[in-house]
Amino acid sequence: MKEILDQYRTVNEQEIREWFLAGKISDFPSDGGVCVKYKTKQIAVFNFGRMGKWYACQNLCPHKLEMVISRGMIGESAGIPKVACPLHKKTFSLEDGSNLNGEEYKIAVYPVKIENKNVYIGFSE
Amino acid sequence: MQKIVVIGNGMVGYKFCEKLIASGSGEKFEITVFGEEPRAAYDRVHLSAYFSVESASELSMAPSGWYKDNGITLHTSSLICEIDREKKIVADHKNNIYPYDYLIIATGSAPFVPDIEGIDTPGVFVYRTIEDLDAIKQYAVKARREYGGKAAILGGGLLGLEAANATKELGLATDVVEFAPRLMPRQLDDSASNMLQTKIESMGIGIYLNKSTSKIYGNNRIEALHFADGSQLKTDMLVISAGIRPRDELGRNAGLRTGERGGIWVDNKMQTSDASIYAIGEVAYYNGGIYGLVAPGYAMAEIAVNQICGGDKRMVERIDMSTQLKLIGTEVASFGDPFVDGNSASAIVFENKFSGIYKRINIDKESRTLLGGILIGDSSDYNTLFQLYINTMKLPETPEDLIIPNKSGETSAGSVMDLPDTAQICSCESISKGAICEAVNSGGCQSVKDVINRTKATTGCGGCKPMVTDLVGESLKALGKEVKETICEHFNYSRQELYDLVKINKVKDYNEALDLFGSGHGCEICKPVLASVFASIYMETANRQVTIQDSNDKFLANIQRNGTYSVVPRVAGGEVTPEKLMVLGQVARKYDLYSKITGGQRIDLFGAKLDQLPDIWRELIEAGFESGHAYGKSLRTVKSCVGSTWCRYGMHESVSFAIRIEERYKGLRSPHKLKGGVSGCIRECAEARGKDFGIIAVEKGWNLYVCGNGGATPKHAVLLAEQLDDETCIKYLDRFLMYYIRTAPPLTRTAPWLEKLEGGIEYLKQVVIEDSLGIAEDLEDEMQNLVDSYVCEWKQAIEDPEMMKRFRHFVNSDETDSSIEFVPMREQKMPKPWR
Repeated sequence: MKEILDQYRTVNEQEIREWFLAGKISDFPSDGGVCVKYKTKQIAVFNFGRMGKWYACQNLCPHKLEMVISRGMIGESAGIPKVACPLHKKTFSLEDGSNLNGEEYKIAVYPVKIENKNVYIGFSE
Repeated sequence: MQKIVVIGNGMVGYKFCEKLIASGSGEKFEITVFGEEPRAAYDRVHLSAYFSVESASELSMAPSGWYKDNGITLHTSSLICEIDREKKIVADHKNNIYPYDYLIIATGSAPFVPDIEGIDTPGVFVYRTIEDLDAIKQYAVKARREYGGKAAILGGGLLGLEAANATKELGLATDVVEFAPRLMPRQLDDSASNMLQTKIESMGIGIYLNKSTSKIYGNNRIEALHFADGSQLKTDMLVISAGIRPRDELGRNAGLRTGERGGIWVDNKMQTSDASIYAIGEVAYYNGGIYGLVAPGYAMAEIAVNQICGGDKRMVERIDMSTQLKLIGTEVASFGDPFVDGNSASAIVFENKFSGIYKRINIDKESRTLLGGILIGDSSDYNTLFQLYINTMKLPETPEDLIIPNKSGETSAGSVMDLPDTAQICSCESISKGAICEAVNSGGCQSVKDVINRTKATTGCGGCKPMVTDLVGESLKALGKEVKETICEHFNYSRQELYDLVKINKVKDYNEALDLFGSGHGCEICKPVLASVFASIYMETANRQVTIQDSNDKFLANIQRNGTYSVVPRVAGGEVTPEKLMVLGQVARKYDLYSKITGGQRIDLFGAKLDQLPDIWRELIEAGFESGHAYGKSLRTVKSCVGSTWCRYGMHESVSFAIRIEERYKGLRSPHKLKGGVSGCIRECAEARGKDFGIIAVEKGWNLYVCGNGGATPKHAVLLAEQLDDETCIKYLDRFLMYYIRTAPPLTRTAPWLEKLEGGIEYLKQVVIEDSLGIAEDLEDEMQNLVDSYVCEWKQAIEDPEMMKRFRHFVNSDETDSSIEFVPMREQKMPKPWR
């Protein structure tokens, strides 16, 4: 099971080798999340319309290893955009994937760019 | 550097260290602590909580590392065996030698184990340490599974009753055996004991008074207790709680002066007969007594610290032994002298056997002050009465008002602000009213939490929390600051205020509400609260503002632990035709769903993948099913018994009425889930009183009960109105539910809501029945409007392709989630266990 978790590593802007076309902007509900399939990975993408920002992270909940993060609610705490896992309401920063409840497990985050009304996710492999 | 050695790492031994560090003088000493238990000091007062907490560390007095961080050397599992006063050294069980300049004896006490024949029989325990509890827990499993499943407690005092509750919770049929003619003989009089006994017996615990145990009988394990009067009591385990004995042997052997009945003698500086040795806590014999409570122990620790650091604080002369606690679900309090009566004093007694309340206050006739008292069943007046007593304050002209409820169910003890500044509010940490108000007035504290962090008030037994909360609230108010429960960092309003704001301003969207009344960008707390408010005002389904719904509402299904969902169609009143039952079976078989009957008389189908939900629901809706709203904070089921149509005892048609009510309120969203029940007679087979609203048939109509629940803190619903006809019952229900929906905080069920409602059930009766607020008609209209606006949200969703989009697992692929795995179980399936 560890290999499933190990697939997900935070990607920095400078590591990007591929901008993967995830879909059209209209496929992504404002202030909500959807799940994108990329090879064997599942990536949660959030269109944080209220903040005018886009975020992507692993769809895998790092706590119980279920594919559910994209169904969680997004929000903000003290300016940090976050997502709450639907299983146990643990919250993670969408900026760096850190655990906002002070626990150890965190999530991998990926860069998102918008071009010509298309949504792209940055991957390093 | 001078050396302080502390023998004993219990609550008081720890408190000594904490106070020493807090005094700022910690660095001047080399501090070494010895504890004989394997773990550092823990909260023995709440020892019984060990059965419900996840690990022993939750009871710990200080985080691991605290001792080291503060330069204290802690030796656990270390027994000090000898004190050599001449050389000023102590020796441990391995004969390691430690010198001291100051020695603190905080060895506490040990359970008193009477010398009864057979006391060594396996299955006999004491109740003092975490290890004792582990042993009891382990043996209880055996007693339940292999033996007769019975436990007995020797001793009907405070701790004995705690232990009784513990063995009961461990699943054993429990009896309490007490030598005296009443329970808690040191704190209660006969009437109070009787009242408590009735309450405890109603919880299924047996009480045997006036019993002198002569023999513990059993071959290889305990089987029975034999009493001096010739009677016997069968039992499979025994917990002894017959009092405590101070652990004074170290001091005694070292030649320190001791008390007549044990304990190491100390003066009001906590000094023993040897000026460099101090004794604190349950081992200390002070002013003619031993004090088995934590508050005097903490006070002693403070005196000892002050003395060693060169101060001159002295222990108060009279030790207060007042207690307030919850025993086996019953509130019990005793303060001052609970028994005094006679020429100079009179007792005022209030007794209500029906609701199990007994209150007694003892009043000095001349000075009109309070000498002590007892409260059983309702100790909400304890803090005020205790303050009147401890500050010898003058009582009002009619002191009976202090304990006899007026028409609105309240007693009139006056405001906390009337107390003198010197009044001690938190006796565990000795914090005065002045200190608490000061923390707000000039200390900059803005909330109860701030005050607790600053003063440590409430961190001992926690009994003063309501008073501290009131004091902080009143002090803030006096400064012109508002105190309230706000939703989250984005909305500085309570749910009730938001409800009103949204309604008055006709706000329809979350973002609009956030712009108008809030700040920032929202979160997982305020979004569902607003969703609930919109639903309760406009009967808006979860399909309109999908992204503010809690994730179960978002997908109109209950997420399960592997990310699949369960499906629960409405089966109103639990009545279902064979045809519909077959449809459920066919759908479950077709989609391979695990099937189970729920507690609310319907059928739950588990294991549906997100993308299967629309197909499943399309078939269910075609067969005439509707959403059961099992996923929402909304009306779930109205459970019913079969009633007079079939049952030979039934008085009215409970199924018909349950269906009518469930149909009426289906889809109604509320601050928390709502459950109902209708029983056709007082045998109550529908368990209606365990619901938010319960209706029970009586000869002349329906009795309506409200605000009950099952779950972690079960509560029986209380009677709102009697002998109602169908229409009046529904009218009252409309008003009650709507009033709850309007005013309850988020995620608060009806029982805790009622508990916080000022005036309680009597007030609620006035609002609902007598229309004291003049809003009854509005409440009815609002409810009728919600009822008329109902639509099945699943039907709404599957008819709209746009709404259906959210049920795809991937936005960029039609594949489904391949990571979900099941394993077989009893001819069905279950999620592959978590790894």
